[in-house]
Amino acid sequence: MSKAIVSMMNVDKIYGENHVVKNMNMNIAEGEFLTLLGPSGCGKTTTLRMISGFELPSSGTIKVQGERVEKKEPYQRDVNTVFQNYALFPNMNVYDNIAYGLKVKKVPKAELHERVMEALKMVQLEGFEKRRITQMSGGQKQRVAIARAIINRPKVLLLDEPLGALDLKLRKQMQIELKRLQKKLGITFVYVTHDQEEALTMSDRIAIINQGRIEQLATPREIYENPKTRFVAGFIGEINLLESMVLSVDGDTAVVGTEVGKATVKIDPKKKIKATDGVAVSIRPENMKFSKKPVEGFSIKGVVKEKIFVGNLIKMMVDLNDGTEIKINRFDTSDLAEDGELVYLYWDLDKGVVIKEKNLVDTDSVRDIEGGDPDEEE
Amino acid sequence: MKKSSEELKALKKKGRIMKSKRERLTTFVMQAPLTIWTVLFVLAPFCLLAFMSFMTKGPLGIIQYTPTLANYKEIFNPVYADVIEQSLVIAGWTTALTILLGYPLANFIAKVKSKTASLLTILLMLPLWVSGLVVLYSFVIILNNSGLINTFLQNIGVLSEPLQLLYNNFAIIVGMIYMFLPFAVLPMYSSIEKLDRGLIEASKDLGAGPIKTFFNVTLPLTSPGIFAAIILTFIPCIGYYMVTDMLGGGTSLMIGNLIYRQFTISRDWPFGAALSMVLALIIFLMVVIYTKLGGDLDDLGA
Repeated sequence: MSKAIVSMMNVDKIYGENHVVKNMNMNIAEGEFLTLLGPSGCGKTTTLRMISGFELPSSGTIKVQGERVEKKEPYQRDVNTVFQNYALFPNMNVYDNIAYGLKVKKVPKAELHERVMEALKMVQLEGFEKRRITQMSGGQKQRVAIARAIINRPKVLLLDEPLGALDLKLRKQMQIELKRLQKKLGITFVYVTHDQEEALTMSDRIAIINQGRIEQLATPREIYENPKTRFVAGFIGEINLLESMVLSVDGDTAVVGTEVGKATVKIDPKKKIKATDGVAVSIRPENMKFSKKPVEGFSIKGVVKEKIFVGNLIKMMVDLNDGTEIKINRFDTSDLAEDGELVYLYWDLDKGVVIKEKNLVDTDSVRDIEGGDPDEEE
Repeated sequence: MKKSSEELKALKKKGRIMKSKRERLTTFVMQAPLTIWTVLFVLAPFCLLAFMSFMTKGPLGIIQYTPTLANYKEIFNPVYADVIEQSLVIAGWTTALTILLGYPLANFIAKVKSKTASLLTILLMLPLWVSGLVVLYSFVIILNNSGLINTFLQNIGVLSEPLQLLYNNFAIIVGMIYMFLPFAVLPMYSSIEKLDRGLIEASKDLGAGPIKTFFNVTLPLTSPGIFAAIILTFIPCIGYYMVTDMLGGGTSLMIGNLIYRQFTISRDWPFGAALSMVLALIIFLMVVIYTKLGGDLDDLGA
């Protein structure tokens, strides 16, 4: 894998009695689009602010391009931020806002002008340079904020819920534009959001953060298809979680028992799953299948409660004996079960993901990228 | 407030139609006391003064109703022109120093916890609740040749002779700053408090250190408060005569003292009235400049 441009090692942040960020380890690769995703108050913004320098970690090391920065002032770091509320200077017009970073660095006038024009073009705001900030719409302000940050050609661009204040349509459009811009510039983007769809759309990798810890750091696909923890499974998309116990293991398959029946799943030998382990089996609604006759290896049955037609698919709710509600998404409208009918639930073996939680500290992500090896420390 | 004038007109028109007779009567009764007060005690005396400034002083201070411009010509007499100049200089220094002292203080109050901030605000307002006379006498006690400062400095052997601290422009300016500091700090405090902290962060994020951030972002965005503070210090200062009288000991005259003397000792009311008109003009010009620079009259408490 490529080299780490930002690395956080054993970073903690404590405010009084609140342990906001707990022993965070993360390596961000050069040129990648990494999203910090989590519910509000999970510590994702604090993490971002420690990279930008507005918060100092209580302990731990933060490196940007191999250089320790955790005690440096924001203006001494080669990173720039796009703020949630834009934070554009109201006393300056669009041009002066964008030129600000170059002006304070005393870049010669001619070069400055050229780069401002280039940045304006990049965010499609040519002709707006003399506008006052108060005359700009939310989307336009956002573009100015992005231009103002990227003009400095930072190694890393930090974005703190930059699209949070925009309406849905504009947000979708900006998501695609931002992704394109990131590819074009080749700058590393670290993006904070609580919107899982946004994270899935834009990111190369997503770090799911919960209560100050990284629960999983992986590609969107990996996170969606192979969630490591119950939290991750529940946070991204819809999911059916079956709490169960491993009854027997046979090579790469295992039989698990829930309160309402048995099921068979494929297991990853690396997870070292053995009989009597308590696990959760997660199955996406689109992977959950049903049959009117029993299926070999499965004995979970339920009663169809209702069916909802939502255009391109049909959502089906099945009640299990213990009260659990199972969601099934069917794209095929033929061969549906009637309400009140008894059905047997099953899935393709590899679609039932076994979650076995041990310690929540995600050590794999540190090893993923070379240069982040703790042994390299001085 | 920000509605277009046409919209406002339409609204007013609508309001006029909608308002019943009873409502109009209530409005009238409510506004009457203030209107009567303003006319009787502000507008009428001002007109009287303006009228008087064109009259002639008779023997024994009796006003003779013969129109003349002599009073205004007299102002250009170097003796009086000097006083006006002196007033502008003292008011200028007082304003400048008050702002320089007040801004960091306002900044400090805006940064500390709200509990500390309210305590500091009360401490700041405290001198306003004490009579100016008492305050100024305490300055006499402190600055006196055998006063607190001199005695202390002589006792620890720094001075052999007492330092002349009282009855000079230094004492006047110190007294003036003390009197007007609260008026300067409050508008600046409210400006700094309103400033979006995100903008400071944005500036630092873009590579500007604390000094550049201050001059590029903080100062321009808090300038309305500074303008208001300048007006609120300069205007009362230029007409204030108590400080010059008590701490200046007659060494320096300000326009306020001069006016006071015309009406009392010299009994030359027409000339005093003319001087008052000049003072009013200076104040008026200051306010015009203030509004031209984009200042809001509401910030002055007007």
